[in-house]
Amino acid sequence: MIKEISAAVTLILTLTFCSGIVVAEDLAEAILTPYRQKEIVPVENKQYKDECGSCHFAYQPGLLPTKSWEKLLTAEALKKHFGENAELDADTLKVIHDYAIANAADKSYHKRSRKISVATENMEAPLRVTEVRYIKRKHHEIPEKMIKGNKDVKSLSYCDACHTQANKGVFDEDTVKIPNYPNWDD
Amino acid sequence: MKRLLALMIFAATISVPVVMASPATDSLLAKYKSEGVSKIDASKAKSDWTKETKGEDGEMISCSTCHGTDFSKAGKHRKTHKVIDPLSTRVNTERFTDEKKIEKWFKRNCNDTWGRECTAQEKADFLTFLLAQ
Repeated sequence: MIKEISAAVTLILTLTFCSGIVVAEDLAEAILTPYRQKEIVPVENKQYKDECGSCHFAYQPGLLPTKSWEKLLTAEALKKHFGENAELDADTLKVIHDYAIANAADKSYHKRSRKISVATENMEAPLRVTEVRYIKRKHHEIPEKMIKGNKDVKSLSYCDACHTQANKGVFDEDTVKIPNYPNWDD
Repeated sequence: MKRLLALMIFAATISVPVVMASPATDSLLAKYKSEGVSKIDASKAKSDWTKETKGEDGEMISCSTCHGTDFSKAGKHRKTHKVIDPLSTRVNTERFTDEKKIEKWFKRNCNDTWGRECTAQEKADFLTFLLAQ
């Protein structure tokens, strides 16, 4: 009996102690990363920015989960990257792959990345940001004529066509300017 | 008379097209030669530039689809709409200064446009043609 009680007490104490560490860690993280609840981490890797950005908007790694980047950034996959040849030499590919993986949505503490991470958790790895439910939902109310039918936008994939601070990882509604529709939010 | 001569020499200098070679292009052209290229034909590159082939999506495409034919002006990628800086080294001094970059884009663009890599001969022709623009 005493043995059982002491075992139970030990268990309770262990659990309390462990969860205490977890809480302390979260707290430390919150203090050490003051921007954690905002937006998306901007691209800080020059090679990533240059290589991806030489063809299209350099989508921040935090816009897709790890499983997506794992599929997109292989030597084989890049031979036909959305229909285009985007081959990289092995050294450059490693830098870009590792950077994307280390900063993927599910590894980020930034608000939008967290939402993307949750939205993609139970689905097959999305290969396009436009397949992410959260991102789709956020654009749901924008009429088609302003995106697809807009000659200066054409698709949701061209983030920076409307999000004026997209390259800083800021996608806030206040920073949106839709070409040819100056009063889009009226 | 002396002045006239000087003027004539000056006129002759500016009328000859300036080929803006760089260490990178010299080294690449030497490499293509070592791969068997003996005679470079820039006029072949000129006609190839606008030669249309069927792209993967069924559209007829050529180099000029994205790069245009006025090399002093920026081009635009037909799918991503990304602005492509001018190919002319006269207006874009950074163009053709990085050997790795030139080879990277030859590989990608030949594959995308013609569905195969370009031969050393084709690359030598294109590079020579573009450097004279």
